[in-house]
Amino acid sequence: MAKNTLSSRFRKLDIDEFDENKFVDDHDEAVDNQGPDGAEIDNLIRQGDMMTAFHIALRNPPVNTKNPAIKERALAIVLRVLTSFKSSDIEPAVKSLDRSGVDLLMKYIYRGFKKPSDNSSAILLQWHEKAFAVGGLGSIVRVLTARKTV
Amino acid sequence: MFYFNSFLSVEAKSFLLLSFCRSFYFLPPRFFLQKQVLPLPSARLFFSEVCFPSPGLTLPSLPARPHPSLCSSFCGSNFFYLLLVYRSVCSLSVTLSVTFASTGQSPRAVLSTHLSFRIIPPSQEIALCPNNHDVHIYKKDGTKWTKIHELKEHNGQVTGIDWAPESNRIVTCGTDRNAYVWSLKGEVWKPTLVILRINRAARCVSWSPKENKFAVGSGSRLISICYFEQENDWWVCKHIKKPIRSTVLSLDWHPNNVLLAAGSCDFKCRVFSAYIKEVEEKPGPTVWGSKMPFGEVLFESGPSGVSGGAGDGAGGGWVHGVCFSHSGNRLAWTSHDSTVAIAEGGKTSTISSLSSETLPLLCVSFITENSLVAAGHDCYPVLFVYDGTKGSVTFGGKLDVPKQTSQRGISARERFQNLDRRATSSETTEQGLESLHKNSISQISVLEGGKSKCSTFCTTGMDGGMVTWDVKSLESALKDLKIV
Repeated sequence: MAKNTLSSRFRKLDIDEFDENKFVDDHDEAVDNQGPDGAEIDNLIRQGDMMTAFHIALRNPPVNTKNPAIKERALAIVLRVLTSFKSSDIEPAVKSLDRSGVDLLMKYIYRGFKKPSDNSSAILLQWHEKAFAVGGLGSIVRVLTARKTV
Repeated sequence: MFYFNSFLSVEAKSFLLLSFCRSFYFLPPRFFLQKQVLPLPSARLFFSEVCFPSPGLTLPSLPARPHPSLCSSFCGSNFFYLLLVYRSVCSLSVTLSVTFASTGQSPRAVLSTHLSFRIIPPSQEIALCPNNHDVHIYKKDGTKWTKIHELKEHNGQVTGIDWAPESNRIVTCGTDRNAYVWSLKGEVWKPTLVILRINRAARCVSWSPKENKFAVGSGSRLISICYFEQENDWWVCKHIKKPIRSTVLSLDWHPNNVLLAAGSCDFKCRVFSAYIKEVEEKPGPTVWGSKMPFGEVLFESGPSGVSGGAGDGAGGGWVHGVCFSHSGNRLAWTSHDSTVAIAEGGKTSTISSLSSETLPLLCVSFITENSLVAAGHDCYPVLFVYDGTKGSVTFGGKLDVPKQTSQRGISARERFQNLDRRATSSETTEQGLESLHKNSISQISVLEGGKSKCSTFCTTGMDGGMVTWDVKSLESALKDLKIV
């Protein structure tokens, strides 16, 4: 503790914040990446149009915002779409994506792995297998090194 | 206090020192916010050169954060007065292991990691560093390599070697923050110290095409451009600092001897001007720009620079390897997010990038104006073809196709063993990798033909092996390969 005030409050200070050489990301806030539209997706799921729901869910990923609520909401929507897919439909859905789409899908899959619910892991593993077949190790490396997380 | 120092453990000594000497009470609280080394005798134990090869390397330890806050791991200890010391210590130990991880050098690998060579017909000579403080020079007689020289001067691991063929000088740089220029006097190589004025390890070094200067990339977030001053008979260096924010990992010179490409850990690849008016005349305009004062950034990749290419290109990973094409109009770089990108200099610099399906590539080199060879953690070199008109990079093919071994029947026991070990009951009984290199490839060098029409190139890797590849025989052996 400090001699004059006998307090150890300075221990709670994060010294790295004061480092003048600290690396700060250049960040540009893209305005309309607010995540997919929940109501629209609900409609499509009810109608049974999984492919469109899938594509819409992967549009507008909230990669640029720092607001965790937006990211949580987007994740929940995407996971709902992914879990309501039938196993046989997974492969054509993955094939319809382009390179950056597969990367984005991988990001969501790993994010979904972080908080497993009842049987989400099983479905996510199937998605992972199909996405890996298309994206390869590179897509997983891009999930690890991405600075803008979904 | 003599007995005190001799047989107690380091932490015990520090603790006892603390309780016996009250000096720390007089240090104001803000002292702990400053980066100072405490003048305690025990501090020497942490900072002696014996324990650690270098005072520290500021390499990012995780892809996500370049400057990890390591205070938190030691805040719980009672040795708060040594907080700064511990912080430096743990950053030392963490970054030490990270060095090995990110440079791809395992502490146990015995043989070559960095090599540089020179071809004097009829024999070839190679300078390499076997992951220690020395540089060994080997000469090829016929088919055997014999060691002819050992260059011992560095106090730390040698991280970069470059051999200038015309003037027959070798420059080496190491983790001891120094660079030495070696010249052959008679039969012996004599070193000349170059003071780089850096406070972190030097990481990579490269002679300029005319061999009158060289560039050193370092962990202190700057590039040192060194040239020889005749009046003082001494190598002088100038720094390029802005806007580099992290360790410089790779360098490549443009053929006009002035422009320098640097890939660094702040996820960007940049082209700088390294124009030194003392040693050369003003360069003519190039596609990268016409005004080239020293230190000017002519090109920067990434979201804040020009990024019109396919894929997000959004600052993905550390830039491991950079290479200018033979004409200097194209620049290729590989990054840790498994992408390879090519930029063409010009008013509307466009970046074409390819996200590959492989593990990250560590090194890249142009072999013709349109084709590049890159290699990395996947242990085999691959070919990429760049289409200038369409501005696209495509995967050309794997360059290391192993010979088909005869398939023999696999017993039921082996099948179950495979299932147990590798979760597949596949037919192959290959225990290791099928590629020639058994570990990541860290460097590709063009041996013959230059970067415009390369005929042989060689790769060296963390497995300590060096493989020479012949382009013509590759073309004939792999049918789909087309080197444009």
